[in-house]
Amino acid sequence: MSYLVGKDLCGGYGGPDILKGCDIEVGKGEVVVIVGPNGAGKSTAMKAFLGMLQMTGGSITLGGEDIMSLSPQQRIRAGIGFVPQTHNVFTGMSVEENLEMGAFIRDDDISGTLEEIYQLFPILKEKRLQAAGELSGGQRQQVAVGRAMMTKPSVLMLDEPTAGVSPIVMDELFDRILEVRAKNVAVLMVEQNARQALQIADKGYVLVMGENRFTGTGAELLADDDVRKSFLGG
Amino acid sequence: MPEFIDILNALVLMTNYVILPALTYGSQLALGALGVTLVFGILRFSNFAHGDTMAFGAMVTILITWWFQSLGLSFGPLPTALLALPFGIAVTAVFLLFTDRFVYKHYRGIGAKPITFVMVSVGVMFIMNGLVRFVIGPADQRFADGARFIFKAREFKEYTGLAEGLALRSSQVITIVLAIILVAALFWFLQKTKTGKAMRAFSDNENLALLSGIDPDKIVRITWILAAILATVAGVLYGLDKSFKPFVYFQLLLPIFAAAIVGGLGKPIGAIAGGFIIAFSEVAITYVYKKFLIYLLPENLEPESLMQLLATEYKFAVSFVILVLVLLVRPTGIFKGNVV
Repeated sequence: MSYLVGKDLCGGYGGPDILKGCDIEVGKGEVVVIVGPNGAGKSTAMKAFLGMLQMTGGSITLGGEDIMSLSPQQRIRAGIGFVPQTHNVFTGMSVEENLEMGAFIRDDDISGTLEEIYQLFPILKEKRLQAAGELSGGQRQQVAVGRAMMTKPSVLMLDEPTAGVSPIVMDELFDRILEVRAKNVAVLMVEQNARQALQIADKGYVLVMGENRFTGTGAELLADDDVRKSFLGG
Repeated sequence: MPEFIDILNALVLMTNYVILPALTYGSQLALGALGVTLVFGILRFSNFAHGDTMAFGAMVTILITWWFQSLGLSFGPLPTALLALPFGIAVTAVFLLFTDRFVYKHYRGIGAKPITFVMVSVGVMFIMNGLVRFVIGPADQRFADGARFIFKAREFKEYTGLAEGLALRSSQVITIVLAIILVAALFWFLQKTKTGKAMRAFSDNENLALLSGIDPDKIVRITWILAAILATVAGVLYGLDKSFKPFVYFQLLLPIFAAAIVGGLGKPIGAIAGGFIIAFSEVAITYVYKKFLIYLLPENLEPESLMQLLATEYKFAVSFVILVLVLLVRPTGIFKGNVV
C-alpha cells in the first residue's frame, strides 16, 4: 500500500474538469515522476494533492487517512512538503531565513533539521547569510527544496524542479532528490525533462488529457516504444 | 576671507534654522513613511488614510493628556503627552483593527484590485478626517507642557559669546530620541523575531508564505497595530513640535508618501532615508540664506535680497517635485522598492 494515494481524481479550476479520473500513488522511499504533454494536467494533479483544486470526485489518502477535507495549510502540517515551480523562495530574505520560514509551523528546536539540510546542500551553508534572490538558478532550487524539507515532510512534491536550469545542475538536483528519497521520504515530481527524470524514477505516470495513459517503472516507460515515440521524442 | 568667528556664526545659524528643524521634521516624516511602507508591503495598497490616522492618534493622546493634566498628573520636565501616548496608541490600534474588520477585510475577501483599496482608504480617510474635526474641532490645539527648552538661544549666546544663538527645544530632542528608539525596535522586530520574519516573508512572497503555514490574518492584525504605533507617535511628536491642527495632518500625506516612494515603497530603510531627504530638501529650499551669506561673503558681495529659493508657502511643491523626479528617473526609489 502506497503512502500517498490519489484515486479517480476529478477536478479543475471551476470550469470543466482538467483531471478526469486519474490514479497516482507514491510510497515512502520512492521517486514517482509524472510526465506528459503540455496541458495534460500534470501540475493540476499535484495541486489536487495539495488541496488547491476544486475536486469533483475521487479520494486522496495520506498514510491511510482521508485528507480530502483538509486545507493546503493543514495538509502541510499533515506532512506534505511542496516546492512550487516558480516564485519558490523568499528573494529578499537570507538563505537561512528562507529555511526558518519553511519551519514556521514547527514550535520545536529546528537546529537539527537545519544542519541536515546544510549537509544535503553544502552550498547553502556557505551562502546562508546571502539573500536567496542573489543566488544562481540551481542554488535557488536547492533553497526551495530545503525550505520544503524543513517541516520534515513524509511526502515531498516538486513541480518541475529542473525547469530553466542547465543539464549539469539538473543532474546534481536529481542526485539530491535521490538523497531525499534515501531519508524514506515519498517523492512526487512533475517533470518536463521526461527522459532524465524517468531514469531516476521508481515509477512513472504518463498523463494525457487528465487521464493515465501509461504507468510503469521508469525503466519500463523508457523502454516502451509508444511512450518513447509520443512523449520522449523518439 | 571670512574670519573664523564668522564661519562659526554661520554654522550655528544653519544648525539652528536648518539642521535641527530638518532632523526633527525628518524623524516625524520617517515614522509616518514607515507606517505607509509597512501597510504597502503587507496589505499591498497605498493607505491614504495614514495622515488622518496620525491626526486621530494625536487627538486621542491629546484628550487623554488634558484629562491627565486636569487630574494634576505630570511627567516632570517631559510633556504629559508622553504619559498619554501608550493609551493613544491602544485606542488607535483598536480603531484600525475595527476599520480592517468592517471595511478592508471585505475587499480582501473579494480579491479587490489595489486601486480599489486605495479608493477605499480615501473613504476611510474622509471618515477619520470628519471624526477628528467633530470630536476636537478644526482649530489649533496646544497640549505641550513640561520644559520647553533644553537651552535657549540667549543662554547659548551668553555661554559661547557668539553673535548667533542656538536653541535646543525639548520637543526636538524628544522627537529624535523617540524616533531612534522606535525605529531600532521595529527593525529588531522585523529582523530577529519569528513574527517579524513572517511579516517580511509575507511581504516578499505571499503564496509561499501561505504554503509555509503563515497565518495571513495574524500578519494583517500585527501590521495594523504597528501602523497605529507609528502613526500615533509620529502624530503626537509633530503636534508637540509644532501644534495640532487636523488639516495639517491631511497635508502631511504628500511629504510622507514622497518619502516612502523616494526611499522605495515597501522598504523600511527607504522610508527613513526618504523622510530625511524630503525634510532636508523642504527646509533647505525654503530657508532664507541672506544672513548666512553675509557671514561668509566679503562685504562687497553681500546680498540685497532674501536669498530664498522658494517661499515657505510653497514648501509642499518641494515634495511634489522630488516625487515626480523619482517616479520619472527611478520609479523603484533608492532602495529598489515596488513600483506603484
